[in-house]
Amino acid sequence: MVSGIIFDIKKFAIHDGPGIRTTVFFKGCPLKCWWCHNPESQNPTPQKYISGFKVNETIGRIISVKEVFKEVEKDIIYYDESGGGVTFSGGEPFMQPKFLAALLSQAKLLEINTVVDTSGYVAWKLIKSMLSYIDFFLYDLKLFDSKLHYKYIGIDNSIILGNLKKLLQLMDYRQNINIRIPIIPTITDTSENLTQIRDFLIQNNFSGKINLLPYNPLGERKYEDLGMYYKLGYIQPPSSEKMEEIRDFFLERFNQCIIGG
Amino acid sequence: MNDRIRKLREQSLNATPEISIERAKLLTEFYSSDAVQQYSTPIVRALAFKYLLEHKKICINEEELIVGERGPAPGATPTYPEICCHTVKDLDILNSREKISFKVSDETRKLTETLILPFWKGKSIRDKIFQAVDREWIDAYEAGIFTEFMEQRAPGHTVAGKQVFQKGLRDFQDEIQESINNLNFFTDPEAFTKREQLNAMHIAAEALISYAERYANLARSMASQAQDQQRKRELEQIAQICEYVPANAPRTFWEALQHYWFIHIGVITELNTWDSFNPGRLDQNLFPFLQREQNEGTWDENFARELLQAFWIKFNNQPAPPKVGVTAEESNTYTDFCNINIGGLTTDGSDGVNEISYMILDTIEEMRILQPSSNVQISKKTPDRFLKRALKIIKTGFGQPSVFNCDAIIQELVRQGKDLIDARLSGASGCVEVGAFGKEAYILTGYFNLVKVLEITLHNGFDPRTQKQIGLKTGELSDFKTFDDLFSAYKKQLKHFLDIKIKGNQIIEQIWATQLPAVFLSIIIDDCIKNGKDYNAGGAKYNSSYIQIVGMGSISDSLAALKYHVFDNHTIKLPEFVKILDKNFVGSNEFRQKLLKETPKYGNDDDYVDCLAHNVFEVVFSLVDGRPTSKGGQYRINLLPTTVHVYFGSVIGATPDGREAKMPLSEGISPVQGADIQGPTAVIRSAAKLDHLRTGGTLLNQKFNPSLFHDNIGIQKILHLIRAYFKMDGHHIQFNVVDAETLRAAQKNPEQYRNLIVRVAGYSDYFINLGSQLQNEIIRRTEHQSF
Repeated sequence: MVSGIIFDIKKFAIHDGPGIRTTVFFKGCPLKCWWCHNPESQNPTPQKYISGFKVNETIGRIISVKEVFKEVEKDIIYYDESGGGVTFSGGEPFMQPKFLAALLSQAKLLEINTVVDTSGYVAWKLIKSMLSYIDFFLYDLKLFDSKLHYKYIGIDNSIILGNLKKLLQLMDYRQNINIRIPIIPTITDTSENLTQIRDFLIQNNFSGKINLLPYNPLGERKYEDLGMYYKLGYIQPPSSEKMEEIRDFFLERFNQCIIGG
Repeated sequence: MNDRIRKLREQSLNATPEISIERAKLLTEFYSSDAVQQYSTPIVRALAFKYLLEHKKICINEEELIVGERGPAPGATPTYPEICCHTVKDLDILNSREKISFKVSDETRKLTETLILPFWKGKSIRDKIFQAVDREWIDAYEAGIFTEFMEQRAPGHTVAGKQVFQKGLRDFQDEIQESINNLNFFTDPEAFTKREQLNAMHIAAEALISYAERYANLARSMASQAQDQQRKRELEQIAQICEYVPANAPRTFWEALQHYWFIHIGVITELNTWDSFNPGRLDQNLFPFLQREQNEGTWDENFARELLQAFWIKFNNQPAPPKVGVTAEESNTYTDFCNINIGGLTTDGSDGVNEISYMILDTIEEMRILQPSSNVQISKKTPDRFLKRALKIIKTGFGQPSVFNCDAIIQELVRQGKDLIDARLSGASGCVEVGAFGKEAYILTGYFNLVKVLEITLHNGFDPRTQKQIGLKTGELSDFKTFDDLFSAYKKQLKHFLDIKIKGNQIIEQIWATQLPAVFLSIIIDDCIKNGKDYNAGGAKYNSSYIQIVGMGSISDSLAALKYHVFDNHTIKLPEFVKILDKNFVGSNEFRQKLLKETPKYGNDDDYVDCLAHNVFEVVFSLVDGRPTSKGGQYRINLLPTTVHVYFGSVIGATPDGREAKMPLSEGISPVQGADIQGPTAVIRSAAKLDHLRTGGTLLNQKFNPSLFHDNIGIQKILHLIRAYFKMDGHHIQFNVVDAETLRAAQKNPEQYRNLIVRVAGYSDYFINLGSQLQNEIIRRTEHQSF
């Protein structure tokens, strides 16, 4: 049986796609966003976490597809009722392609709706090979300028934009993608960045929903507990006025844009 | 709300609960008369009722539209010395206690000492009950195995059916006369007894009609003196209404509300019939009046809303009569548990939501007062719009309305043998209890402490607190080789104590049946008139006696901890484990942490422990359900606590789930506070593993962070959560939408949080009015977040 490494399974996830969902958090991410509020998701192997409350807890565990579904199946009645299902998030789910493919096909066998929450930094052929098992994407767009992307995230964004373009060429996905934009003051909230993202989405006939995720400083503590360095330093979360301004900017051209998950 | 309602609402909120000695005084006067010797018991009760209504002070409060109070003024609460006679010491406690206090005047104190107490000592039902029950009953009661509802409250759990809104008391009197005419003295050995009962009902009906006439006269004389022309007209209208109802069936919306209110005053003046007498399916019951007035062109929606608001305030003017002793511990609140039902189905099984349903939701939201309590009955046919509207009120955080599964309730009642149409006319009352509205006496007889029985089992029948051998000798700890051995000992103890409780009930119910009939209440509950039999004696169409099971979460976790650590993983021997409990974990903190954090807990959708909850449920069910009561009905179970989980916890030492001595138990079928860490879907799945359809009600409370209800998406998902629970046959769910930070702040600065209302169990209360144990218990409940 195929296994993988995850760091959490959360039930009653209500911001990770349609309906009531169970979200499986994969461990390991090719991106190193300065503002990442789940830094424990970055390292692909289990790691020690030392905090005031939880002494020496290990984050991440090896788990089989069967064990994942033992939990996921429990909430089928909620998925049926709400149009929900299972969401694979992380980390980057595509970093464990065999595991993800096995989970997706098992979900489809059980007729459970699937969402993949991805950074888009994946080889297209991997995405393509699993497309028939994926009902819906949560797709992150952070910075349009490739230099800035490299600076704050550690990698080039051409693959991310390229994959999104290809996905949007498939009629099925134009509506079945939520674009998620983290609003990090002074970094992603510049009018230049937001205009570029908006233009890109218009050019590619995007017609789904946009989620604006305000910067959440709560992740900072975790860096210390994980023995990691928090490069971002202190920034104020964006004001609600600023968030509304950005929302209205997107609503000028798109039907659906909301603040938060 | 307009100025009038604002004023009436303020007056109600600011009324200081005080003890009114008026009823006790009048009743003592009456019982000192010769009538008591002259007549049969039901006639005496009817004449007593008449005497009270003839002599009690009446008032029409300034600008009021609906008239009539239980006491002489809003907040003034009578006592019922024939049931429970407060001692001077009780009064001093009520007067001085910090929470749920009642002001006691010097006159009240003096009259109690000189008149009331000397007269009623030894004659009250309470005294008689404690005289009549067995020693083993007293021992178990004192140990905290169970409580007894009827030792200071009348067995009144029932709700008005639609017939109350369709008939006047004159119509009921005609039925009484017909029933008398039909008596066959040659074949029916009870014919005379029945005639006495029926004559008593006739007198009681007449008494309430005369009481309404007193109001008509008062209104007329106030009208003649009124300066303000509008008020003058209103008072004249009030006079006309009080002349017409409750004697005759109401014709208009206003008459319907006033008619019910007189009936309500009658019921709660006759006896302190807690819980819950209320207008039942109010939207259904009022709808014909809306239709009629719309047809006749007299419908004024704004005025109808004003009347509903005025009606709401009347409930809030009546604090629950003051309780003492264990009863105060099990239900320490001003709430009198009137729980108004809206939504549900009609008699033909179609969706029952109508215009009035939405008007009532608006009223609940706008009034935002503790009484009456309210609930929405949700069937699979109920439109989402209605449930969403209710959720938008719930999200404001005062725990109203609560949410019920109407389809489950109907199945519960049909399983008990009720007619399907009767079941569709029914609902929930009190906290979560089901009953056939207008047709059933469904008496709560007392709470039963599941966890205390385990403690007794682990001490071979001995109660460590009262130092008495009150249970059976079911074995030394070293005798239990397997978990099944232990569980079967627990079962034997459960049977032992449930038998004691039921035997006590048989005695207590007969004391009520023969000595304190409820002749007025009997008029309006089917089929007391037809049967010529009192409500308290089994005259209703259906009769059920409930034992309310408490501590489901705590018992499941405790049994799971024993099974897991002693029998499955062998990490500790049972005697050693119990020794640690007896020492209340002193010196064993590490082990306690293991119990708290590394042991399966109910509420996480984990079959290891949920199966144990299921097993306990099945055992208790089989020991109680279907057994015959002394009144020709059956015993049933339901699972709800009011505030008794705090008292029940206070009599138990440390428990195997890691709970320290004297701490509260879990409430309803909710998980132990803080033990549920897998989110609300898991809690609901665990709770649904119990068979709700074989109960008369279960209570599940969930605490949600307000952020979850923040937007429409959140509300939509909560709606799905409820629908899914109801698909799984869950009976009831309610939410506290408040964060722990707010609650802690309210503990620190109560004066700033005077209006903070929270859901306690099956009812809401002002947070600052709760005892600190209960406040802490609510804070410790898991707060589901969105993420």
